[in-house]
Amino acid sequence: MDARDDIYEYSLDLHHGEEEGKKIRKKFLMVLAILSVVTIVEVGMGMKWSRDESMATILKYTFIILTLVKAGYITMIFMHLGDERKNFQAVVLLPFFILIGYLVAICLNEALYNGTIRPVLENYFGY
Amino acid sequence: MSAHVSQTAAPTHSDHSAKPWAGGTSPFKISYGKMMMWFFLLSDAFTFSGLLTAYGYMRHKYTDIWPTAGDVFTHFPFYDGHIELAYVAFMTFVLIASSVTMVLAVEAGHRMDKKKVQFWMVLTIVGGLVFVGSQAWEWYHFIHGTEHGAYLLEDGVTVMRHKIDPHTHVMEPGVFLVPENDGSGFREVAGNEAQAMIAKSEHIHGANLRHNEYGIPLFANFFFFITGFHGFHVFSGVVINFLIFLMVVDGKFEKTGHYEMVEKSGLYWHFVDLVWVFVFTFFYLL
Repeated sequence: MDARDDIYEYSLDLHHGEEEGKKIRKKFLMVLAILSVVTIVEVGMGMKWSRDESMATILKYTFIILTLVKAGYITMIFMHLGDERKNFQAVVLLPFFILIGYLVAICLNEALYNGTIRPVLENYFGY
Repeated sequence: MSAHVSQTAAPTHSDHSAKPWAGGTSPFKISYGKMMMWFFLLSDAFTFSGLLTAYGYMRHKYTDIWPTAGDVFTHFPFYDGHIELAYVAFMTFVLIASSVTMVLAVEAGHRMDKKKVQFWMVLTIVGGLVFVGSQAWEWYHFIHGTEHGAYLLEDGVTVMRHKIDPHTHVMEPGVFLVPENDGSGFREVAGNEAQAMIAKSEHIHGANLRHNEYGIPLFANFFFFITGFHGFHVFSGVVINFLIFLMVVDGKFEKTGHYEMVEKSGLYWHFVDLVWVFVFTFFYLL
């Protein structure tokens, strides 16, 4: 690699050797195992309890949290975002969470008005 | 290094602190192509988040009459019975596995191991094709509908379905479910009233842009749009991966000295997997 003058080696881990490669591959297979187990748990819970009314809230929040965990593993390890500089991680993650968090908060808030307008229309305006 | 004319432009790590604006470096120490791929993925993530948020809003608004995904997606290839969500779980595994093979291709690229890069990329492309094929199969069954079908009432929107026991998937003959007008749930009709309604209705099968056998048409609309948009991304990802694979086989990256193009294509592929994880949870499980 030293003989070339047209590669700008920006990324410090653009190349690695066989030994380091073994450890990295092992890490990927561990993450595959984690993702598979989480998916099996999710599908199992869905098959067992999705029609049970008493478990509905637990199911909903468990699914959302487990999905975020899976997304975190995929982004940080498979997409190598965890290997990038902290500031660049922030460039990608902060806008996403701020804007989507805001969007979801607005929608959750506005959705509270579902079902409250029709009775008003019917009672006061004769619909 | 001393034989090269561009010695002053070649970067060394000591240059940057001395003259940060001298060039030969990049903010965040990341290459231009990779950073732009991340920006594109960010914008695409916003698009999908918007779509999924809209889906969640409607799902919540019509929650009492929304079809249960476990009742709708019960098919498995070469199997005649009903197992809920099994094929979707299989599709999820295929996509996650193809994501793993892609990251292994990237890792092989970091070691300049051309044979392994080719090997893992082939597996990734095959995985992607299996996923797209499976999604097409799911669409086919969704559009085709069940044998008993449902009845589209006169207003052209309300659908009267057979009552099916959710645990055994066995149809209860002669009993039907009609959604209430205000979406607050279903009411059962049977006997003469049911026959009268059937006589004035259209017998429909499956779901398309005009009617939906499974219940409220919004469910079908969102299913087609979100899974279709995602499937389009998977397909374009397969095409991109295939083109990069050809470049790898051609030896282009051996000459350039790094496999960063494989990494960038891998980022897109992982994004596709990431979106599927969310679609799978919000659409099929919740």
